[in-house]
Amino acid sequence: MIPAQFSYRRVSTVDEALTVLGEHGDEAKVLAGGHSLLPLMKLRFATPEIVVDVAPLEELRYVRVEDGTVAIGALSRYHDLHHDEVLREHAPLLAHVAGAIGDQQVRHRGTIGGSLAHADAAADLPAALLASEGTLVVRGPGGQREIPAAEFFLGPFTTPLEPDELITEVRVPARAGVGWGFEKFTRRSIDWAIVGVAVVGQAVGLVNMAGTPIRATATEQALASGASVADAAALAAQDASPVTEPHASAEYRSHLARVLTKRALESAAA
Amino acid sequence: MKVSIEVNGKAVTEEVEDRTLLVHYLRENAGLTGTNIGCDTTSCGACTVLLDGESVKSCTVLAAQADGHRVMTVEGLAGEDGELHPVQRAFREQHGLQCGFCTPGMMMASVSLLAHNPKPTREEVREGLEGNLCRCTGYHNIVSAVIDASGQEVDR
Repeated sequence: MIPAQFSYRRVSTVDEALTVLGEHGDEAKVLAGGHSLLPLMKLRFATPEIVVDVAPLEELRYVRVEDGTVAIGALSRYHDLHHDEVLREHAPLLAHVAGAIGDQQVRHRGTIGGSLAHADAAADLPAALLASEGTLVVRGPGGQREIPAAEFFLGPFTTPLEPDELITEVRVPARAGVGWGFEKFTRRSIDWAIVGVAVVGQAVGLVNMAGTPIRATATEQALASGASVADAAALAAQDASPVTEPHASAEYRSHLARVLTKRALESAAA
Repeated sequence: MKVSIEVNGKAVTEEVEDRTLLVHYLRENAGLTGTNIGCDTTSCGACTVLLDGESVKSCTVLAAQADGHRVMTVEGLAGEDGELHPVQRAFREQHGLQCGFCTPGMMMASVSLLAHNPKPTREEVREGLEGNLCRCTGYHNIVSAVIDASGQEVDR
């Protein structure tokens, strides 16, 4: 499969990227690792006229801890995040999830900013960021703004990002020593999760249980009121709207969400 | 656009469409057909090459993204004198070749895996090769080949 014709532009600074995006608006797409965008382009589901390659922006590859906040450069690749000692200590859920995505080849290319901008409800990182109560830092022509993860996933593949904006950083509260858990069920190791569950403390994010990543609010409230892990996990699918498709029925997904939530909460409590 | 890539240590410059995929550049422009196209959907790993030393699926990388970078394909594994790379030797000795279609990608993924983890366990090899699918036989001898290539005793 071959993408439709487009014009390739490689940029070397964030400002240059913003300028090119500003000139072309909807006609341009940002290319980071390319492992969400290029498959869509090969299927002709995405047919941008301009592809803006931001890979050279090395200044967007970092992990730092500042004042209780972990700051992750948007172009950090999964492989690097998985092996990053700072992330492993202060945001271990994200470090673990980065190593659970795809396979080694995918992890050498895919970036955290790319996955979040793509906003696929079946992807692991969006739900992990929700459970981590993270924030996205976005730069555009009007300067910089911060969007809480809770306000970022508006619908399937839909975010408040404007065509001339770029995610530059992802922030999560540093939670060294706080319990966490991650569970996902896939047909093959390299597939998207049929259902996934990400837990930090008592915050529970669900993968592929709605059109967007969601929090298991009923489970969280039950935990806060002192319910047992088993009783709280039994409520995991209460706020979800899972779809039925060839791999799994909605009913089966709800069952998986309850089982995997129980396991993830048990890991977090261990 | 003009795309220049150092392929297996040699400079290659070709005029290609912006939309050219790296795997097509390697096979059709550079004439290196050892890299196979299997699924064309980032699943099977048959098109795995090393980009700046890291394994990638070349069906999901634009040739333009590799402009100015280094690529190694299966043709670059053996020495100038034809001496087999340790991974190639081990695949032959452990009968890891099977039908041969997935072999180039399996070997490139194995080289990358061993660079990160020089003495893997069988379980770690299976995890490291999860992005490479065999559709003719199975993985047992392939895992043995990677263990052998790492210099460890193969325990069948």
